[in-house]
Amino acid sequence: MQKLVKTHEFYVAVILIALSVIVGVVNPSFFSIGNLFALLKSNVVTGIFALGVLLVLIAGGIDISFPAIGVVSMYMTGKFLERIEYGGPVILAFLISLSIGILLGVINASIISTFKLPTLIVSLGTLSAYQGFVLTFVDTKIINRLTEPMVNYSRMEILRTTMESSGQTTGLHVSIFVYLVLALLTAWILKYTMVGRGVYALGGDRQATERAGFSIRKIEFFIYTYVGFLAGVAGILHSAHVRNANPFDLVGSELNVIAATVLGGATIGGGRGTVVGTLLGVMLITVMNNSLILLGIPSYWQRFTTGMILLIAVTVPKINEMRRESA
Amino acid sequence: MSDLQTNDGKRPLLQRFMTSDDNLNRLIIISLSIFVLMAVLNSGRFVTMRNFRSMSYSFPELGLLSLGLTLCMITGGIDLSVVGTANLTSILAAKIMAEQMPADATGSTLWLYLALAVVVALTVGLAGGLVNGFLVSTFNIHPVLVTLGTWQVFSGIAIVLTEGYAVPGFPEQFLFLGNARLLGLPVPLYVFVVFAIFVAILLNRTQLGLSIYLIGTNITAARFAGVRVRSVLIRTYMSSALLASVAGLVMIARTNQAKADYGESYILQAVLVNLLAGVNWAGGFGRVIGVAIAVLTLQFLSSGFNMLRFNNFARDFTWGVFLIAVMVFNYVMNERKARREANLAADNA
Repeated sequence: MQKLVKTHEFYVAVILIALSVIVGVVNPSFFSIGNLFALLKSNVVTGIFALGVLLVLIAGGIDISFPAIGVVSMYMTGKFLERIEYGGPVILAFLISLSIGILLGVINASIISTFKLPTLIVSLGTLSAYQGFVLTFVDTKIINRLTEPMVNYSRMEILRTTMESSGQTTGLHVSIFVYLVLALLTAWILKYTMVGRGVYALGGDRQATERAGFSIRKIEFFIYTYVGFLAGVAGILHSAHVRNANPFDLVGSELNVIAATVLGGATIGGGRGTVVGTLLGVMLITVMNNSLILLGIPSYWQRFTTGMILLIAVTVPKINEMRRESA
Repeated sequence: MSDLQTNDGKRPLLQRFMTSDDNLNRLIIISLSIFVLMAVLNSGRFVTMRNFRSMSYSFPELGLLSLGLTLCMITGGIDLSVVGTANLTSILAAKIMAEQMPADATGSTLWLYLALAVVVALTVGLAGGLVNGFLVSTFNIHPVLVTLGTWQVFSGIAIVLTEGYAVPGFPEQFLFLGNARLLGLPVPLYVFVVFAIFVAILLNRTQLGLSIYLIGTNITAARFAGVRVRSVLIRTYMSSALLASVAGLVMIARTNQAKADYGESYILQAVLVNLLAGVNWAGGFGRVIGVAIAVLTLQFLSSGFNMLRFNNFARDFTWGVFLIAVMVFNYVMNERKARREANLAADNA
């Protein structure tokens, strides 16, 4: 118990609960089933991106190209399905999108692992290149009418209930299960596979990792490919949630995702970070953004608050660390 | 240096036209090739007085932002908040000029307001740099995370102040900074040259400059050598923010309006300029002359693309690919050089 209380995850959970209570008191509609289901759903895309960012941060890198991978995968898939007027199972849409994601991830991975280049700068370049490629050579128009299977997927909810107050029906979207499965998969990789242990080792000490017999190249290759895979899935889910495919979407959300992951306890190059922490961090960020609206704060404050959250999230652990060292 | 000696006998003629800096030589060649390529593709339009003039109006903004980044990169850090700083400070200046100053202000009242606008912009810029430097040096937080955060905060404040709208309309006396000509040359060009010289002197002739290089080369060694790392880092990030604020003032003087989301793509380009200039991303190396040539090179590309009717998306795509290509190229060249030196050492032994 004592061990649990001292973890970073515990503090994040406490803040999350405290914030929820405050928002709930100010605006009771926060605790309605409808809002909770909506909150969970709006966790999904940020959360899946964050799982990728988690791996990158643990290993000591920083990646900002994932929203571009997401939007390219989603938009190309949307274009393709529209062209062939696809009507089969939706799983194909997912497979196409995640394949494109993996492909772009492999490009990132190859550049980073072969040439030993700084991850931030590579991803700054690929972010611009991927999105620029689609906007230049594919199209710039929003697809407003998704194909039939995608529309059907966007309506797939379980636990459908009709709210007594408003008469609207709400349900728990199946995307949440996709998110959970991916979270479990990521946790399993980090905890029980060789490459997952390598990710932690790499963030802890690069040289020691190499001496211990890990192939840094392979670990880095895996990380950025996996990020691409997750971004591909997140992209197509986003498209289903908003029911369009917009090539200008998602890019710009990277800070929100990084802030969530850092808030969840991942430290860059510290070899630290857990999936549970990330899930909590994402939930906290989502609740904060959601509560801005519920508390009636204009949306143009969002960028400022995201930045402040990120700064606080990176500073507080360092202050604690310094205090512990001086004690 | 060993490189030079081995090549001495082989190419004496070429040597006379080359500097002793491999990176710089490479950059000059790349720059000239791009210039020639663009001149050929846009024959009759590129090599004209008009184009040169329009280029020298537009590159100083990016040049000033890049110089700030150079200082931070030499210490082994990075400042991603430069565009945020430029926008926030220029919006404050814009608000003073467009909203506080009486519309019929003339003479000394007007100049007083202009001075106030500039002083406020630069002071807020310095304060922003202080925050960056403080967080990076005192808490030892990764500069990427710090400046990503402050970038959002600065832009966030700018958005809140303007509610997302542009702040237009400045007095003619201020627009001079962005649009006028002095002895036939654009004023922004003078601003860039003055600050480039200022940064060059700072890096090469001052104690602070020496400390910046030392920190970037080996921070532990710098500490043992008595460098006050914290103070140097704070001053570095403050200088970067000061340059960004000046860039912001030039920007709004050129466009006659201030916007919270102006020039977001400048950050990618500023990083690209520095890498192209041979500034080492791991710290310890970088020269102002390189940055100046690199920013010109990017301007050749950009203007050339404009004439070829490339749209913004195509340009973003090119910047991204170019950024990666430059890094891979530098990597390959450095590997080759390392191998050559290893061979040389083996031969001597």
